[in-house]
Amino acid sequence: MKIELSDEQRMLREHVRRFAEEVVAPRAKEIDETGEFPRSFFDQAGELGLGGVAMPEEYGGAGMDTIAYCLVIEEISRVCATSGVILSVNNSLVCDPLLKYGTEEQKKEFLTPLAAGQKLGCFALTEPGAGSDPAGLRTTARRDGDDYVLNGNKIFITNGTDADVALVFASIDLAKKHKGITCFIVPADTPGYSHGTHEFKLGVNASGTTELAFEDMRIPARYRLGEDGEGFKIAMSTLDGGRIGIAAQAVGIAQGAFEEALKYSQQREQFGQHLSDFQAIQFYLADMSTEIDAGRLLTWKAAWAKENLKRYTLEAAQAKLYASEMAQRVTNKALQIHGGYGYTKEYNVERYFRDARITEIYEGTSEIQKMVIADWVLNRA
Amino acid sequence: MVATLSEPAASAAPESTAGIDFGLTEDQELLRAEVRRFAEGRIRPGTAERDREHRFPEEILREMGEMGLLGMMVAEAYGGAGLDALSYCLAIEEVARVCPATAVTMSVTNSVCAWPIDNYGGEELKRRVLPSLASGQALGGFGLTEPGSGSDAASLRTTARREGDFWVLDGEKAWITNAGFAKWYVVMARTDPAAGKHGISSFVVPSEAPGFAVGKPEEKLGLHASRTAAIFFNQCRIPAENLLGTEGQGLKIAFATLNHSRLGIAAQAVGIHQRALELAAQYARDRVQFGVPIAQHQAVQFKLAQIATELAAARVLTYAAASKEGSRDAGRLAAQAKLFASEAANRACQESLQIHGGNGFHDDYEISRLYRDVRVTTIYEGTSEMQRLVIARHLLQK
Repeated sequence: MKIELSDEQRMLREHVRRFAEEVVAPRAKEIDETGEFPRSFFDQAGELGLGGVAMPEEYGGAGMDTIAYCLVIEEISRVCATSGVILSVNNSLVCDPLLKYGTEEQKKEFLTPLAAGQKLGCFALTEPGAGSDPAGLRTTARRDGDDYVLNGNKIFITNGTDADVALVFASIDLAKKHKGITCFIVPADTPGYSHGTHEFKLGVNASGTTELAFEDMRIPARYRLGEDGEGFKIAMSTLDGGRIGIAAQAVGIAQGAFEEALKYSQQREQFGQHLSDFQAIQFYLADMSTEIDAGRLLTWKAAWAKENLKRYTLEAAQAKLYASEMAQRVTNKALQIHGGYGYTKEYNVERYFRDARITEIYEGTSEIQKMVIADWVLNRA
Repeated sequence: MVATLSEPAASAAPESTAGIDFGLTEDQELLRAEVRRFAEGRIRPGTAERDREHRFPEEILREMGEMGLLGMMVAEAYGGAGLDALSYCLAIEEVARVCPATAVTMSVTNSVCAWPIDNYGGEELKRRVLPSLASGQALGGFGLTEPGSGSDAASLRTTARREGDFWVLDGEKAWITNAGFAKWYVVMARTDPAAGKHGISSFVVPSEAPGFAVGKPEEKLGLHASRTAAIFFNQCRIPAENLLGTEGQGLKIAFATLNHSRLGIAAQAVGIHQRALELAAQYARDRVQFGVPIAQHQAVQFKLAQIATELAAARVLTYAAASKEGSRDAGRLAAQAKLFASEAANRACQESLQIHGGNGFHDDYEISRLYRDVRVTTIYEGTSEMQRLVIARHLLQK
């Protein structure tokens, strides 16, 4: 047991922190308000190797490990949660399955530019009628010679407005339920592919979240990721990894809000003393920092498990569940410490508070995580 | 920037390249397995009876001493096992999983008695005291708390004055774990009434010292198989070399000791939490209501998931704090681990008992004992409120 970053990881964190503070932070408020997708952020992050942190260098990645990846997502999310999720989706939900399930040809054609940040990816699983229960998806893929023809709709797709490549899950036989689900690599310029405009949400406003539509969209069979019917397995195993990224995002949001609250408590005076001189405020800060460390350690443990253990489903679910709910509590307290000012747009905490909320929902709601964990406790422990 | 776990400790060499590792060493795995075997085979039988009869497990403790579980971090030169703090936590956790009362007896001997003697005692004193503690021939105690001095330790009133080659102690210490069974007590007393918190010194008081007496056993909510009583000093004479560190250093020694010992209480809480989860899961699988095992009801499943997740968080905080002992952040990390693990274990026992329904309220079910035992973990060796003060002080230093 050793909780010490390697020199490489520490240097990475310093670089990313500088990038986050100098480049990402100044635009965080603006993109939250306009909802404009920060493509230039993604391009610059790509140049730094952040598009595929844990991808091998031969496929355009930075060649680091999952803990390094967590550091990146945490540092970016510490100043801008929107930017954090954009990177997280590209890394975890697109590059990861391409590396794991892709053919050599697919890796060369798609993974390499995605990991290098030259292309942006999105992950299209959710549909209007299929959220927590993705086996109920209705998008279809009909085999036609050397092609598949896809028809259907996806919603809530992060990066959807700007993605160059989508991983699309569709059924080759609806009667087979989850065993019919198949995954396709879809270039966004494919005829029949379209996306909507970005949707304003409670938080992470500039993440390009939108719907996708496929109308007689013809995809060559060589763009099928994995086998026919293997899509559900690909989606589930990909989400295991994605949850680690969301946990890291939640830790970053909480850390950012905590630092703002700590600073504010040492500046703001009431009753003739600083807020930080009041025991009640000190106790809030103590609880916040303790919970943040717990969330960070669970996240790192899941990342370590992904690198070192055969299965890490439990660790990822626990990290995601704990870190996201922790971020909700911490941002709430950070806002409380700011009082009325915290409720205004003048301070960053209201954005952190809004941004944290989604971490309890996407890539598996807290309830889904609890189902996964309970199954482990009752049947596998 | 705010200090976080990810910051390198001042004492850590910067050449680390291997990075983060959540694995245990082979030795640590073996130790854990050995302690679990002993706890299940030797401690488990009779645990409920000892609790009911308030009976102290003297024979079991002797065997634990022979196994090296009572001087785990004491150097081998003094008869100890020479192990690291994480190994110590693993052992406490495994014992607490079976019997929290035995775990606290073990924890006190290891971390608030042997540890300060090992770290602040003179050579002769260490040779005289540590081998008996480490081998289990003698148990240890720790006397800081007084009737009027709990969280505010600096207000203690027990005095010690120098008389030739002796120190003479007068006063009273309250709620002393192992009182009456311990042979050696680390005791904080005031040596300079004018010097406030710098006027306190630490001593090792042997139970056979003239003027030393033990009060009647206290009746407590839980931990019935551990002994708690007052100890009294009435012109109690001890040799001058029984002073730990230097005069006036006593409170510093007490706080350093508590920083260390909190790891043990965090580990105790983790052990109790682990057991609360196991009992809840087993009960949920066995108990049938509405025609199905209650484990099939989602409300019960979600409670189990919550208990398991908080357990994972408490454990990782505790192990991380143990692995960072000696680093710049050690005090804050130990306080965080103790705060989180004790609060989480209390919630776990509450929810586990709830899953047990009426049966959980009954003495026949183990969870009822754990529910009583766990309560003190947010209180002793620094209340949750004191942990928060320690943590906040670290946060606001900069």
